[in-house]
Amino acid sequence: MTTTPLLRVEGLTKTFRIYHLDSALHAFEDVSFDLHEGEFLLLRGHNGAGKSTLLRTIWRSYLPVGGHVWYRSGHGEIDLANAADVDISLLRREEIGFVTQFLNARPRVAAQDIVAEPLRLAGIAQDEALDQARHWLDQFGVRPELWRAYPSTFSGGEQQKVNLARALILPQRLLLLDEPTASLDAGAREALVRRLSDLKAHGVAIIGVFHHPGDVAALIDREINLNTKVVADQLTKEEDHVAL
Amino acid sequence: MSLASLTKDWAATSYGFLDASAKRELRRKMLKAIAVPGCQMPYASREVPMARGWGTGGLQVTLTLVNPASTVKVIDQGADDGVNAASIRRFISRVSGAAETWDTLSASIVQSRHRVPEEVMREDQILVLQVPNPEPLRGVEPNMSIARQMHADADYGKLWLTLYEQIVRKGRIMQGAAYPSMVNGRHVMTPSPIPRWDVPKLNMAKHLTFLSAGREKRLFAVPPFTRVEPLVFSDRPYQVEEHAHLTCRRSGLSGYFMNEIPQDNGGSTFEVSDSNLGIKAIQKAEGAPTEIGETWYRDGEYSA
Amino acid sequence: MSLDLTPAALEREAPRLMRARPLLTMNNISRSFGDVRALRDVDATVYPGEVMGIVGESGSGKSTLLRMMNLEDTPDTGDYRLRLPDREDGNLFDLTRYQRRMLCARHIGIVYQNPHLGLLMRQSSSGNVAERLLIAGERSFDVLRARAREALDASEFPLERMDARPIELSGGMQQRVQLAKAIALEPALLLLDEPTTGLDVSVQALVLDTLKRLQRDRKITMVLVSHDLGVIRTMADRVMVMRHGQVVEQGLADQIFQDPQHPYTQQLVHAKL
Repeated sequence: MTTTPLLRVEGLTKTFRIYHLDSALHAFEDVSFDLHEGEFLLLRGHNGAGKSTLLRTIWRSYLPVGGHVWYRSGHGEIDLANAADVDISLLRREEIGFVTQFLNARPRVAAQDIVAEPLRLAGIAQDEALDQARHWLDQFGVRPELWRAYPSTFSGGEQQKVNLARALILPQRLLLLDEPTASLDAGAREALVRRLSDLKAHGVAIIGVFHHPGDVAALIDREINLNTKVVADQLTKEEDHVAL
Repeated sequence: MSLASLTKDWAATSYGFLDASAKRELRRKMLKAIAVPGCQMPYASREVPMARGWGTGGLQVTLTLVNPASTVKVIDQGADDGVNAASIRRFISRVSGAAETWDTLSASIVQSRHRVPEEVMREDQILVLQVPNPEPLRGVEPNMSIARQMHADADYGKLWLTLYEQIVRKGRIMQGAAYPSMVNGRHVMTPSPIPRWDVPKLNMAKHLTFLSAGREKRLFAVPPFTRVEPLVFSDRPYQVEEHAHLTCRRSGLSGYFMNEIPQDNGGSTFEVSDSNLGIKAIQKAEGAPTEIGETWYRDGEYSA
Repeated sequence: MSLDLTPAALEREAPRLMRARPLLTMNNISRSFGDVRALRDVDATVYPGEVMGIVGESGSGKSTLLRMMNLEDTPDTGDYRLRLPDREDGNLFDLTRYQRRMLCARHIGIVYQNPHLGLLMRQSSSGNVAERLLIAGERSFDVLRARAREALDASEFPLERMDARPIELSGGMQQRVQLAKAIALEPALLLLDEPTTGLDVSVQALVLDTLKRLQRDRKITMVLVSHDLGVIRTMADRVMVMRHGQVVEQGLADQIFQDPQHPYTQQLVHAKL
């Protein structure tokens, strides 16, 4: 790629201080990589290697203790590692998405309203937002009779579909995926891959952690192993779900 | 020159009953009250030979205003011949040498309990209203210190709220007397318990009105040609009592504020509340030379 | 490398992307009650449209700070500014009592934990809402009624009971009346002082849901004080943690809960559940 990267991670380090144990927990140290628009980066590593932690550090749920995350936002370049909370709030609303494996379902809110909410927050009219919400619920295989039901009562798989529909309904510039395929059935997985490749084609940069990277093999451009910190340009063709 | 020519003979009481310092204080407070229309001025209410609550506030103002050239009329709910009205009138006359009258037109000071005379008052007349409770905010704010702050801030939201509540609960405003009114666009006053009928008479009136509460030690004033606007919602017009169609059983007058007199058969008959107006109407009908002044209401419609 | 996490430092040193300017800024707020230092050099910044949560144990100064925001109390030192359209007020603590009253009536709504503080218990619920509009000068009965109805509806209050007196209502309903009163004039700032404390859990969830909905649809800026971390977690975008009258930590809500930096915050977060 010849363009300047969308995201430039330099020497990112995260340590948790645990005061009541009077100890520190090193999650990862000195991680660096670049990410361009339309690229898909896979994070690999053992359990506890810090894959999820890295995603959350970029998302700023976790505060890094060192390094930089230079991000070329629509408002100008900013170091996510040091940005003010309001800026992070703004970018989360407008540009950066984060998909976890859990839906934080609020009680007494219908599935279609949960999915439509990002659109409503972006200022899209109720009717259109609901139309789009139903479209994506349909795409991810949520049955129409559940659209008006409360997801807090759904099974884990159904909840995850609602979660994905909500997270992916609004196109972002940078998408952080934390094991989104866990507990999904094959149909929904396919829908997810379709949506992701669609987003990728539109220039969305994606960083993902997958339990079974094979699910999204076709999309992966590069990968980084957090144990070795080696950035590889292709997917290593080893057994996908081997416990590293 | 002898000392006797420079001093007055000893008397049991001062002229006009109140001593000089009491009158001086009252005059100052009355001037202040005129300067800030509708604003309650505290004063040291003196003892007068009458129980608190029987018009001591009005009496002190009248005694301060009165002089030998004055003509005093005292009414109680419109009537000049009530025991209380007659006693007060005779007392004032006795301590000041002022003339007594029943006729609104010839009075220079009208002290009144709960009514404004029906005949239009002139620039040279003063109306003194006896006020039991001078604080319009008492019902909504029991703490008088806070109530005074609310007056200072023109914060009358809670007062409006009581009117809102009346419409919500009863479908109309139920406040029959002492209707809270904005004076000169600034202070809300309670115009003593005069009926709603009488409130428009104070608006842009030619005469000066003092309102004085002896027990509560507060007096306030409506100077001549001052706006007095009852608090009303823009889409709920101010309504006075519907007395236009009633006829006085004694004088035959109609179109004025009437007293209702219940009858044994369950019905009611009516008498004109301004009793001297009724008397003059009867005298006129009998051919006596009587002058009836212009009235604020004509045929139950406010017209002045 | 260590990060200075005091709000002032974040404000000053963080590279700024945004054109967004704070709605509320408080600087160096200190307040003593006798020997008790209720607030010590507290800074606070609230941005338009966000929900700022303030957590801390009893006596941490969070309610005192909220009362300052509602101009009910004046600190010994400090500066408070609100960026309101078409107004230039300077330090709000310099305003007269009357100016404060009018500013609060028009631009700041508050919901208290104790409905007796916020409501006239013996006037109708709709009247409680209408009073706000009356202070602001509305004089049409029909408009008052319509707007009271609308505000109660937005607070998800059952309209058939709009003329019931708060004293006849349940705790949850009373909070909705307070809320309707607070939002009737579409305030720039909505202050919530433990709004669901004292309600049972299911009612609490419903009231929080209403608040969420209001925040989404009307983009009302809120400051929420609670000792209940669950409430803060559901509602807040950003969180200030207070202890002994000081702000010990401030950050994005998920960061405060997932990666607390200060020993006290860690203790607090771990104490939950």
